[in-house]
Amino acid sequence: MMKALGIAAALTLSAPLAAQAQAAKPNDAQIAHIAYTAGVIDVAAGQQAIAKSHNKAVLAFAQEMVRDHKAVNDQALALVKKLGVTPQDNPTSQALSKGAADESKKLAALKGTAFDRAYIANEVAYHKTVNGALASTLIPDAQNPELKSLLQTGLKLFTEHQLHAEHLAMGLK
Amino acid sequence: MSGARSASSHGLMVTLVGLALAAAPAAAAALSTKVYTVTIQQMSFGQPPKTLHVGDRIEWVNNDIFVHSATAADKSFDVELKPKARATIVLRKPGTVSFICRYHPGMKGQLVVAK
Repeated sequence: MMKALGIAAALTLSAPLAAQAQAAKPNDAQIAHIAYTAGVIDVAAGQQAIAKSHNKAVLAFAQEMVRDHKAVNDQALALVKKLGVTPQDNPTSQALSKGAADESKKLAALKGTAFDRAYIANEVAYHKTVNGALASTLIPDAQNPELKSLLQTGLKLFTEHQLHAEHLAMGLK
Repeated sequence: MSGARSASSHGLMVTLVGLALAAAPAAAAALSTKVYTVTIQQMSFGQPPKTLHVGDRIEWVNNDIFVHSATAADKSFDVELKPKARATIVLRKPGTVSFICRYHPGMKGQLVVAK
């Protein structure tokens, strides 16, 4: 599980992604799957927050996450269709999904400000990890220029999300 | 030099569309009525022209797949831009106005409006 890209590993162990990536470089079909999975996870987390939070700023953030990540994923789906690529499941995607399921369970048990803090703290950590993976592995390894370009736009967007989450986290302390 | 570098490196598109409103009332004719386009793409605002005047219009064009806004720090304008949408504002007073996208506040720019 830890081998492929180490994204999920980095969530818990801060393992250097670049070093692990050298072991097994993902192909475009796998990269597309990882990026799409990462988006789906954050959409689901946003939907959970919309259902649970009562904090206006947290709700606005969650709505932004759902909207932006859906937009990227719609674009990603259109691109893989155009390229005739079938996104390929892989250990990194599976580890990401597993980590997200665990986090979702943890968040489900929380309420009020405790939920808001934990959701936003996880959003900071999650975007940081995904951005690190995009910059060090997924973008450099992507072969198709259109996929690479979409990932680069994704990185700019997710960097904004990370800043937004960090800003929110300060207000929730 | 620096303007050209900035324009090309950000893939910006600032286009002078042309004189607008040929039928504008005589009183307004003294004002500048140029329309400039500021294009948003890949999470960045295009560079607005350096010379703007009261009466000019800015047409914001969102080429991204995300919802953005052009929101003035002084609240003089706040335009929501759905993906691929465009909206026009009129510059009504002189001064320097900073603007951001309120959804992605790292996206920012500045309008410098002369009389």
